Amino acid sequence: MFDLTGKNALITGASGGIGGEIAKSLHAAGATVGLSGTRVEPLEALAAELGDRVHVLPCNLSDSAAVDALPKQAVEAMGSVDILVNNAGITRDQIFMRMSDEEWSDVINVNLTSTMRLCKGVIRGMMKSRWGRIVNVSSIVGATGNPGQANYAASKAGMVGMSKSIAYEVASRGITVNCIAPGFIATAMTEKLTDDQKEKINSQIPAGRMGTPEEIAAAALYLSSDQAAYVTGTTLHVNGGMAML
Amino acid sequence: MSDVADRVRKIVVEHLGVEEDKVVEGASFIDDLGADSLDTVELVMAFEEEFGIEIPDDAAETIQTFGDATKFISEAA
Repeated sequence: MFDLTGKNALITGASGGIGGEIAKSLHAAGATVGLSGTRVEPLEALAAELGDRVHVLPCNLSDSAAVDALPKQAVEAMGSVDILVNNAGITRDQIFMRMSDEEWSDVINVNLTSTMRLCKGVIRGMMKSRWGRIVNVSSIVGATGNPGQANYAASKAGMVGMSKSIAYEVASRGITVNCIAPGFIATAMTEKLTDDQKEKINSQIPAGRMGTPEEIAAAALYLSSDQAAYVTGTTLHVNGGMAML
Repeated sequence: MSDVADRVRKIVVEHLGVEEDKVVEGASFIDDLGADSLDTVELVMAFEEEFGIEIPDDAAETIQTFGDATKFISEAA
């Protein structure tokens, strides 16, 4: 249904469960994908799985020089960046009263500031081609808050406000900027939970289960498509009804 | 100088869709030629490409009129 043939997409955090699945679905729709992440091995493995139309672009998002270089490397490899998916993120959970400046700034730098820098780095090319899609992966906790995650929630809520502002500025140039806010998604991270913990989580979700990375990827594919040209500045909540916003 | 002015004028006319005789020395892109702030960013991008120069953000902010643009580019190119 969604055809991304001829489009070049840069995906950060592609070594993770959700990012990898987003890369797969954009690739399956015909896009050339640039896989970025800190760990090279899983990126190479994913690239081998996808075959052609793939570039591996390792980048440590806590290194601001590397972040600034990434859009240029992506353009060198693919010719342009038409779709940017800012999916990478870190957590440094800590109750607020004990949260250090470092735990705060690490999370804000990687999740919010690097997203800002990457948006800035790709938008010039998108302005020229009068077409662009930016998809920022936020989180349900950016809207609801979560104990122990003041830093993470702030970074994810910051993403939403920033995306809306950029969306305003560039809408007339055929560029859309949207967020996806996943709820609980089953990844390697949630596999570590005990059955008891999982049950407790599932009981808070009207759908009665965690979401899958594929269900986030489907949202990213839609927001990257031509069909979503009139959708901008919005946040698509994919959370099984856990928070109906 | 006149060559620079002609090339700059051509870009402005094409980009903003204004009459050529409106693009005079003191014409302000925003106040006289109907540009919005994003248009001015795009004009600077187009100037950079046409003349093979780099216009840093702080310099770009000083380019408000057609005359500002030709003057800056003549000095930079």
